[in-house]
Amino acid sequence: MARYIIKRLVLLVIIILFVSLASFFLVHLLPGNPTATILGPNATPQNVATVNRQLGLNRPLWEQYFIWIGHVFQGNLGQSYTTHQTTTSIISQAFPIDLELIIFSQIIAFAIAFPMAMHASRRPNRLFDQASNSTTFAMLALPPFVIAPILVLIFAVHWHVFPGPASYVPLTQNFWSNIHTMLLPSIVLALGSIVVYFRLLRNDLISTLQEDFITMARSKGLSDRRIMWRHALRPSSISLLASAGVTIGSLIAGTFVVELLLQMPGLGYQLISSVNQDDYTVVQGITLFVAVAIVLVNFIFDFLFTIVDPRIARE
Amino acid sequence: MSELTDMHAFSDIEAEIEAEIEADPARKKLGVFFWICVGWIALNILLALTANLLPLPNPDLGNYNGPQNAGPGWGHLLGTDDLYRDILSRLVYGSRVSLVVGFFGAAIGMILGGIPAMISAYRRGRVDTALNTGSYVVLAFPALVAVIAIVSFWGHSLWKITLVIGIFGAPLIFRVVRASTLSYATRDFVLAAKSLGASDTRILARELLPNIAPTIVSFSLIAVATIIVLEGTLAFLGLSVQPPTPSWGNMLYEGSSLLSGAKGQTNAWLVIFPASAMFLLLICLNVIADKLRAYFDVSEIKL
Repeated sequence: MARYIIKRLVLLVIIILFVSLASFFLVHLLPGNPTATILGPNATPQNVATVNRQLGLNRPLWEQYFIWIGHVFQGNLGQSYTTHQTTTSIISQAFPIDLELIIFSQIIAFAIAFPMAMHASRRPNRLFDQASNSTTFAMLALPPFVIAPILVLIFAVHWHVFPGPASYVPLTQNFWSNIHTMLLPSIVLALGSIVVYFRLLRNDLISTLQEDFITMARSKGLSDRRIMWRHALRPSSISLLASAGVTIGSLIAGTFVVELLLQMPGLGYQLISSVNQDDYTVVQGITLFVAVAIVLVNFIFDFLFTIVDPRIARE
Repeated sequence: MSELTDMHAFSDIEAEIEAEIEADPARKKLGVFFWICVGWIALNILLALTANLLPLPNPDLGNYNGPQNAGPGWGHLLGTDDLYRDILSRLVYGSRVSLVVGFFGAAIGMILGGIPAMISAYRRGRVDTALNTGSYVVLAFPALVAVIAIVSFWGHSLWKITLVIGIFGAPLIFRVVRASTLSYATRDFVLAAKSLGASDTRILARELLPNIAPTIVSFSLIAVATIIVLEGTLAFLGLSVQPPTPSWGNMLYEGSSLLSGAKGQTNAWLVIFPASAMFLLLICLNVIADKLRAYFDVSEIKL
């Protein structure tokens, strides 16, 4: 167990080192160099020298990296060239929106996927099971950028059930209108998770329900409901919970899409508008933040499930 | 007595084999659905290849004397968009982006991930450990964020996007191919080939490759679908090939940006058609991969 955790910790450090190196070197992918991009075509040599000094570009590359990473550890990710806001403040304003979306969508996903899988696995290959199986299979072919515009078209434009784009209200301003605006994007995100959770849980439940201890419980005369809730659900949900970390990583694509579509100022929206304004420091900062956040979330989930299920560490 | 039990065991095995042969024809059917999907993808590829020869209006430039935001009709089979452009023509030309990025991206991933994976799983040793750790490290990086960052710094041309997505697909393909090579690398037939003095290249190409080929084929279709989704997301975010060049993702974004009504017009068809095209392509890839996996009996546990 301890060896496993140490191994994971070493891997975590390597991954974060790689992520930071990759984010640092992103700037060097720019055509030309950052100075030319910042100053534009009419730069005088004097200006170039000044900006080079400001950015520390006259130093050797490895020194630049250590200076940069030093700043990062102090919470300094540079500032926007266009609004002069610090990247850290942009992130701290945007991040709560992503967090709310993710939490909200996961609540919806669990609330739908669990009963669906429990109902389907009770009678495998019967009508409900087959219907939900083929529906979720079809939904695998509906990524967020396809399903989000369709849901907006149906529910916001056609039926006016949910507010359309550009109607985001911050949580601190009005709780209920915030929930109302968050519902549609959360459903979009939830759909993807429901598919994954349902398919995993259904398969695990079906195999669990064939185990001897379930037959034992049945022969003791326990009700189906009690067997499902007290005996079958727990051993069947481990692989689902273990996959939750990975699923949360893949939710990022969905949050970016719904934020852009509904113009909600979350991290994805900020990232894309920074890209469009050539605001490279902010792009670099958000990239680093999101990547490290996902890596950490995955690590924490891994760690939690080795505690819940020590068998994982032995494998 | 022992002869008798042997006979029993033998007849048991015989019965099993017979049962397998009997069960075989049922299992070895791909079904109509499979062939419909193959046909649909073939049609997509054919249209994408011959788009220039087809009687389609210019996809990038609208006819300003024609209708704007028209629904499906005879003049324009699938209608026109807000810039008077023919939606069918844009769909056909736009399919090129998805198909090129999807198939070539997967091919790049196969070359960069698959070939090293086979060699590394066969040879084992330190290089294998290093590559394996490396694949974990790259996989931990969220692919979409990485691709957004790289493409926005480096440029949005089709080949750059294909290359970047291919490179980020490589570690995933590496893991799958490595796992399935490992499951065969220590089998007796490999040992037999080795003791007969076969070269490593021969063992890899003639003994291992045919065995892992079914896994690779069905998984590579999933990889194509995943890559098409990644490119579509990128295009929806405005970071794939730049307008006016059509791609299904940027058409969907154009359609949905009209939905807010902010530009004083809405065009539901501009959402419905690209969304359907994307859905049909993806579901066909998934169906083909799924049926092939069942056909070759590649269980997911082996991966």
